[in-house]
Amino acid sequence: MTNLALSFLAAGIGAGLCVIGVGLGIGRLAAAAMEGTARQPTASSDIRTSMIIASALIEGATLFSTVVCLLLAIKV
Amino acid sequence: MIAHAALLALGLTLGQHEAAGTVREQNPQAKVEAPEHGEKGEAGEKAEKQDLPTLMLEHVANGDTIEYPGFCHGRLAWNCELNLRALTGGRWVIHAGGTQFDMNPSKHTIMMWFASIVLLVVFGVGARKRAVVPHGLYNFLELLVQFVRDIAISNMGKRHADRFVPYLCSAFFFILFMNLLGLLPFTLFSVATGNISVTVALAGFTFIITQYAAIKEQGIGGYFAHLTGGVPKSLWWIWPIMIPVEVMGLFTKPFALTVRLFANMVAGHFVILSLLGLIFAISFWVFPVSVAIAMAMFMLEIFVAFVQAYIFTMLSALFIGLGLAHGHDEEEHSEQSGGEHGVGEDSYVGRKVPSHG
Repeated sequence: MTNLALSFLAAGIGAGLCVIGVGLGIGRLAAAAMEGTARQPTASSDIRTSMIIASALIEGATLFSTVVCLLLAIKV
Repeated sequence: MIAHAALLALGLTLGQHEAAGTVREQNPQAKVEAPEHGEKGEAGEKAEKQDLPTLMLEHVANGDTIEYPGFCHGRLAWNCELNLRALTGGRWVIHAGGTQFDMNPSKHTIMMWFASIVLLVVFGVGARKRAVVPHGLYNFLELLVQFVRDIAISNMGKRHADRFVPYLCSAFFFILFMNLLGLLPFTLFSVATGNISVTVALAGFTFIITQYAAIKEQGIGGYFAHLTGGVPKSLWWIWPIMIPVEVMGLFTKPFALTVRLFANMVAGHFVILSLLGLIFAISFWVFPVSVAIAMAMFMLEIFVAFVQAYIFTMLSALFIGLGLAHGHDEEEHSEQSGGEHGVGEDSYVGRKVPSHG
């Protein structure tokens, strides 16, 4: 396999791994948020705000690796 | 407003270095029209086919031409080109000490100017009718500014918040408007925060203000003392490890701010362009599914635009607040604020007994 083919392959596999990571992370976060809201519905808007902030941060970290994959796929 | 102009100027400077090396439209291509979203123009004058990844990259990256729907070459077209570099003749260059700063406007620069003009107009119109009980646009704008002020207060404490609220408001609204303007249809509007130079400039401003606030509160000596990370002098042998780590920590935070905003915007647009590009890659008849999912992605992108502006502002306030929290002149003002110590209003750490004298 040529270097180009390997870099494309790496980009594809990397993107899949990125999404696994963010899916697990935000999934756990959402589960905790649901549970907290179920336990105390009055705190739901505070929990929602914290959930959005945390999800944006997790997604930011994921997008670091996504950008690396993009660079691999685009630097032809 | 001054922060605004400075933001613009810095973004301009840094943006131009990138424009020199970006994807240039050497062969204007034949683009098939997607009338619902108008993101791809129709057949241009030179009918050369371009492949999808290059086209997508062109939409997101910076360039020298603005494509607008209009009347050119004797007929109506989706993509009449306006070459900005030809407009200024490539003459807007600052020669400074051997290097050149290429200040010719590019696509993203024009978008930044446009976002600033929209901002100035909206706030200028809205701020005119001041009253004790506000009405109309002023009321709505006050809601948003109050929102940013609450971010500042919860991160910096009431004492310092009002010093930094102007910068945080500028950052919040500028990023928000740039993000939202990038979602408008037609290739006329590009997403300026999808340019890493712009986000570097914004994060650089946060960095400068954070260091300025920290030095002002802690003094130069205190600032460098805190770079040891709170390790006492008796454990001096840890310092060679702590100081490089702390210095790196100074730079990773703005770096994270940069990449987070940039990657969110670029990724969102890439996904939308990929979905719409499926129409051209697979067949014309997938367009109902493609457009429907792209609409859902657009909704998500609107949400992400707001969230990213909020996150940038909140993290900037947090970093500034962290720098301010170690200041020593908080004890002097304790009678003023009733013994408030530390970051945040409701902090009970170190609160003095309420019988203050």
